[in-house]
Amino acid sequence: MNKLLLAALVTGALSAPAFAADYTIMAPAGPGGGWDQTARTMQEAMQAEGISGNVQVTNVPGAGGTIGLAQFATQENGNPNALIVGGYVMVGAILTNMSPVTLEDVTPIARLTGEAVALVVPAASDIQSVDDLVAKLKENPGAVAWAGGSAGGVDHITAGLIAKAVDVDPTQVNYIAYSGGGEALAAILGGQVTVGLSGVSEFASQIEAGELRLLAVSTDTRVPGFDAPTLMEEGVDVAVQNWRMVAAAPGLSDEQKAAITADVKAMAESATWQSALATRGWVDTYLDGDAFAAQLEADKSATEAILKDIGLVQ
Amino acid sequence: METFDLLAQGLLSALQVHNLIYALIGVTLGTAVGVLPGIGPALTVALLLPVTYKLDPAGSLIMFAGIYYGGMYGGSTTSILLNTPGESASIVTALEGNKMARQGRGGPALATAAIGSFVAGLLATLGLAFIAPFVVKFALSFGPWDYFALMVLAFVTVSAAFGDSALRGLTALFIGLGLGLIGIDLQTGQTRLAFNVMDLLDGIEVTTLAVALFAIGETLKTASDRDQANTEVTAVKGSVWMTLEDWKRSWASWLRGTFIGFPIGAMPAGGADVASFLSYSTEKTFSKKPEEFGNGAIEGVAGPEAANNASAAGTLVPLLTLGLPTTATAAIMLAGFQQFGLQPGPLLFANNAPLVWALIASLLVANFMLLVLNLPLIGLWVKLLTIPKHWLYAGILTFATLGTLGANGAMSMGFGPVRISFELVLLLAFGILGYLLRRFGYPIAPVVVGLILGPMAEQQLRRALAISQGEIGVLISSPISITLYVAAIIAVGVPLILRLRGQGGVLRQLATDED
Repeated sequence: MNKLLLAALVTGALSAPAFAADYTIMAPAGPGGGWDQTARTMQEAMQAEGISGNVQVTNVPGAGGTIGLAQFATQENGNPNALIVGGYVMVGAILTNMSPVTLEDVTPIARLTGEAVALVVPAASDIQSVDDLVAKLKENPGAVAWAGGSAGGVDHITAGLIAKAVDVDPTQVNYIAYSGGGEALAAILGGQVTVGLSGVSEFASQIEAGELRLLAVSTDTRVPGFDAPTLMEEGVDVAVQNWRMVAAAPGLSDEQKAAITADVKAMAESATWQSALATRGWVDTYLDGDAFAAQLEADKSATEAILKDIGLVQ
Repeated sequence: METFDLLAQGLLSALQVHNLIYALIGVTLGTAVGVLPGIGPALTVALLLPVTYKLDPAGSLIMFAGIYYGGMYGGSTTSILLNTPGESASIVTALEGNKMARQGRGGPALATAAIGSFVAGLLATLGLAFIAPFVVKFALSFGPWDYFALMVLAFVTVSAAFGDSALRGLTALFIGLGLGLIGIDLQTGQTRLAFNVMDLLDGIEVTTLAVALFAIGETLKTASDRDQANTEVTAVKGSVWMTLEDWKRSWASWLRGTFIGFPIGAMPAGGADVASFLSYSTEKTFSKKPEEFGNGAIEGVAGPEAANNASAAGTLVPLLTLGLPTTATAAIMLAGFQQFGLQPGPLLFANNAPLVWALIASLLVANFMLLVLNLPLIGLWVKLLTIPKHWLYAGILTFATLGTLGANGAMSMGFGPVRISFELVLLLAFGILGYLLRRFGYPIAPVVVGLILGPMAEQQLRRALAISQGEIGVLISSPISITLYVAAIIAVGVPLILRLRGQGGVLRQLATDED
C-alpha cells in the first residue's frame, strides 16, 4: 500500500492543482543530484519557515534539465505556484541539445547557490601547478586527458576555456565525460586520467586527505577553506562559476513575479536554509532582479561562444 | 580487536527497541517500494529524508539501511511471482524464478531469494566493515579498458547462457543494443536516434523496457493463446519451504553470488545489474544440471539474488571510504549522512568511527529484519498464484502501468486537449514487441541485457580509446583486462568442450529420468 501511496503522491503532485501559496517545485533531474537536493532543501526551508504550508517536489529527469524545462514551460504557463530549479548546466544543455524551450520561456527568479570548479590532479602526478599543466597542454593537447561531468557541462566548458586562454585549440581538448562527479573522481584517483574537474565540494574530502592536489579554482575569488589560487592568479584568464537558480512559470504578471521573488528571498535568508547550506557545503550566492538577469545574459552568450569553439554547437 | 569492540558497541545501540522499530519500518517500506516497478529506493529515501531529520542519527541510519536493503530484496518478489521485475537487478531473477513459480515451486524460489539475500547481505556487510579499504583499492584500479573487458565478459557469458539458438539470442541482443543508442551521447552531448522527441533524449528507461517485455508481452501472449489461457497454474506443488535438495543446490550459489556481487558493487561503474548477469552465467556454468536453466533452476535464483544484495553493500564501500556515491540512492544517503556531520571520505573511519559502526550495525540489523519479515510472508505471497489467470493478468497490467506512471508520470504527449504519457506509449509498444518476440520464439532477456550493457560498454570503450589517443593496444594493456578476456574465453570454451565430450547429453538424460 505504501508503494501505491507513493505512486499516487508522485503522479498526483504532477497533475493536481496546488492551493494558493502551496508551491510545487520541479527538480528537472532524478533524485539524488544537486538540483534534486536543492529543491528538497527549499521544500524543507519553506515549510519550516512558514513561507508555504505545503510544498511538493517533483522529479523530471533527463538531458541536462531540458526535458523538465520543456514540460514546465508548456504545462505551467501562468501558474504562480510552480517553481523549477535549474542552473548553469542547463544553459549549456539547452545549446547542445538544441532544446526548443530555453530559459527565455520561463521566468528566472533568483540565483541561490554557486560553486567553483576545482582543477585537481592525483597526489602522485608530476603536475605541481597550473603552469606545469599549461606546459603539458601546449606540448601535446591530446596527451592531457581531462575527466569531468557530461559533455557540454560546466566542467567541459572550463576545460575549453582554459585551453583557449593559453592559446591551445579548444577542439583538441581530450575531454573524457563521466556520468557524474563521483565516477570522474574514481578515474582521477585511479590515475587513469591526467587532470580532473568538478565542483570543489565533490573533491573536498580527498583534497583534505591529501589524495588529490588542488591546482586552482575557477572562480574570480579564492574559495574559503581551500589553500589554492584562482586560475586568474595563475595567469589563466578564466572565471567560471557553476550556479543553481530557481525560476517560475512563464506568463506571470509583475505582481505575481514580485510575490514569488519575495518568498524565495525570505526562504534564502531563513535560518533553515542557511544552516542547510553550511551542512551541504554550498555557497550562498543569492542574486535576484536585474542583476541576476544581466548575469544570466552574460553567461548565455559566453557559453554559446565557448561551446562553438569546442565544436559541440554549430 | 578495536574493530570488534566498535562493532559490538554499534550493535548494542542498533538493538535498542526503538531502533528495531525503525529498522522494521525501514525494511517494510523498502520491500514495499522494491515491489512496485518504477518507485525505486532512491525516490523513497529522498521522500523520507525530511522525516529522518527528526530522528537521532542512529535511528535514521537504521531506517536508511532498512529501506536500502529492503528495496534491493523487494524487486525479487514480483520478478518471481508475476514475471514483472521491479528494477534492473531483478531481471535475471525473473528468468528462473518465474519458471519455478509456475511449476508450483514459488515458495522455494522466494525462500532461496530471501535467505540468499540475507547470507549475501551479512557477508558483504562484514566485508564492508573489515576489508573496505582493500576492496576500494581494487575497485579504483579498474580503468575504462578493464571495464570494457568486464562488459565483454558479461556479453559473452550472458549471450551464451540464453536460449538454444545463437542466432535468435544475438538478434534479441542487437535489438537491445540498438535501443541503447537512443538519447544524448555522454561523450559529445549530441543527440542520437531521438527523432526530436524530447522524452527520448535521455534514452529508454530500463525498467520500462523490462516490465513491457516481461509482463505486458506475456499477458498478450497468454491472452492470444487459447490453450495456455485455460491451463491451470500449479500454485503450490510439494512444500512451500526449501527441501534438502534445494538447500544443497543453493548454498554454493549464494556464496558465489556474494563473491561476484560485492566487488562489482564496489566498482564506481559496476552495478547490481551487471553483477546479477555475471552471477547467472556463472551458475549456469557451474551447475550440475545446466539443462534445467530456462526451466526453473533454483541456482539461477539463488546466485543472482545474492549477487544483487551483496552489490548493494558493495556500493557503500566507495561511498564510505571515498565519499563517492555511485548510485542515486547512495547520493541521497550521502546527503542524509551530511546532516549528522558525517563526512564520508578517506577520513571517515578516523573521524566518525562511532557513527560508521552504528551504520554498519544497522545494516546487519536491517538485513536480519528483512529475513524475519519475509520468510513468514512467503506462504502468503504464493497464494497470489492461486488467483484465476484472467484476474491475475489484469492485476499485472494495472501494476505495470501504475509503476511506469510512478516512475515517469509526465503527460508529455497530447492530441489536442487529451494529454497522454509518452512512457506509457513506450510501455505498450515494447509490450507488443515482447509479444512478437515470444510468438516467434526469440528470448526476451538479451534485449534488456543489450540495453543495459551496450551503453556501458560503448562509453568505456570510447573513454579507453580517447585516453590512449586511439591506440587499440590499451584494451589489453592491464593484467585485469587480460584476466577478464581469458575468463570470457573459458566461459565460452568450457561448455563447448563439455558438450563435445558428451557430458551434456548424459546430464540431460538424467534430468529426463528424474521427471
